[in-house]
Amino acid sequence: MSEFVQFLMSGLTVGAVYALVALGFTLVYTASDVVNFAQGEFVMLGGMVTVFMAALGVPLPVAALIAVAAAVCVGLLLYWLAIAPSRGASPVTLIIITIGASILLRGAAQVLFDKQFHKLPSFSGDVPVNLLGAAVQPQSFWVIGGTALIVLLLYLFMERTVLGKALRATAANRLAARLVGINTTTVMTLAFGGSAAIGAIGGILVTPITLTSYDVGTLLALKGFAAAMLGGMGNPLGAVMGGILLGLLESFGAGYLSSTYKDGIAFVVILVVLVAMPQGLFGRRSVERV
Amino acid sequence: MLEVVDLRSGYGRIEVLRGVSLEVRAGEVVALIGSNGAGKTTLLRALSGVQPITGGEIRLLGARIDALAPHRRVERGLTQSPEGRQVFGPLSVEDNLRLGAYMRRDKEIGADRDQVYAMFPALAEKRRIAAGSLSGGQQQMLAIGRALMGRPKLLLLDEPSLGLSPLLVDQILAAIVALRGRGITVLLVEQNAAAALEIADRGYVLETGRIISTGPGAALLSDPAVKAAYLGAD
Ligand SMILES: Nc1ncnc2c1ncn2[C@@H]1O[C@H](COP(=O)(O)OP(=O)(O)OP(=O)(O)O)[C@@H](O)[C@H]1O
Ligand SMILES: [Mg+2]
Repeated sequence: MSEFVQFLMSGLTVGAVYALVALGFTLVYTASDVVNFAQGEFVMLGGMVTVFMAALGVPLPVAALIAVAAAVCVGLLLYWLAIAPSRGASPVTLIIITIGASILLRGAAQVLFDKQFHKLPSFSGDVPVNLLGAAVQPQSFWVIGGTALIVLLLYLFMERTVLGKALRATAANRLAARLVGINTTTVMTLAFGGSAAIGAIGGILVTPITLTSYDVGTLLALKGFAAAMLGGMGNPLGAVMGGILLGLLESFGAGYLSSTYKDGIAFVVILVVLVAMPQGLFGRRSVERV
Repeated sequence: MLEVVDLRSGYGRIEVLRGVSLEVRAGEVVALIGSNGAGKTTLLRALSGVQPITGGEIRLLGARIDALAPHRRVERGLTQSPEGRQVFGPLSVEDNLRLGAYMRRDKEIGADRDQVYAMFPALAEKRRIAAGSLSGGQQQMLAIGRALMGRPKLLLLDEPSLGLSPLLVDQILAAIVALRGRGITVLLVEQNAAAALEIADRGYVLETGRIISTGPGAALLSDPAVKAAYLGAD
């Protein structure tokens, strides 16, 4: 039992980060049809900028805010400099552009920061909390709770605000969105900025547990993309479920089978799911009538 | 209200609008008829700014709008119910209408929405339902209602009767006549030429990207050339 809870909590923690990356993918994809493989770099920036600001003596909460702001700036620049000018390019071209951007960002981070691993202090100490016999790091609750809060806020934004509805409308029908006066450039700017902020927050929350370095973004982008596919690309709730599911798979796979195959297990399951259900587990069936 | 002078547009190297000139005066319902592929939809999209133009001028209330982004044109009172309805499928009927008023900041959005519901009671019953699950006729009403929520001075309607039963067509046409009564100017595109010309003050006939005939609705209805081309088989 205690072992089970242990695996469950670590799976939820990792899964929460995957969920945030997947949400970023989904947000950008929904608004602009772009699959942004630079998504993982926002997570890296969140962690790394916080670490280096904190090292300069900036208080942690301020350092975290600066990191989120920096990631948002990078996200907006990515949109304005790389994505917006190539409007009308094929999806493959756009994907290659975002992959190029992620390589560039990684290189810049390597030069600007360094190639070491870095840690942030846990937000509420390192004394493990006993949960049904399992020893859980307090930071796990920060990661899971922070993710839950972001998901809730994003949900309220999308469902309750006119701007959020405009974003969903743009995703549903770009032509009609433009005809009612929705400025689709604004919507895409919002999506890139928002996804960068979400990724950066994930990076800040998880760095005390997993450490960070200039190249953590690559694998996170892959996992987050897999999670988004698993949940059904373009479906925010599916992205969250996909992320958590992926985290749990990895954690239980590593715990009960072998940690050597941790990444493998997850990808095999995803392949199986996608072959059987190309829409993803939670992909929405189209309700539109022609 | 609207003046279009020598408007040109196309897709790639294919020119679809080859110098279209027309005029819609305040308070009029003007019908634009023409066969399949004549360029009617391309013209309306160009007017709304979602289709690039290669030449010509568009004036709304005397001011040039052809260089404005689509949302600026909505702001100035030009809205459109597009061909094929194009409702926001996953969003509720109510949200579709709210987004029709996206550019507005005034306090009368709710009142206008209720007016749309009064005009199309079928929508009121479905206000919480996803627009994509409505019937074709209801989606058409929603698309028109959404365009009305922008408080248009000039409303563009692209084939509002397409694919609807005769009863529904009559209902939509009656709604358009009622709009004129409220002081909204309408440019109506229809393949159903007889029905459109019957309610229109004036009409234009578009053929392969050019206006080939114009006149009062009744006159076009009885014009032998128009009759042969658009009223015969239909
Ligand atoms: N996206 C597009 N790309 C290339 N050609 C197009 C495109 N849309 C329309 N066309 C062509 O432009 C011409 C005019 O099309 P348009 O849709 O404006 O005609 P229409 O008068 O609205 O026809 P309909 O009565 O069928 O709605 C047609 O020959 C059509 O094939
Ligand atoms: Mg058409």
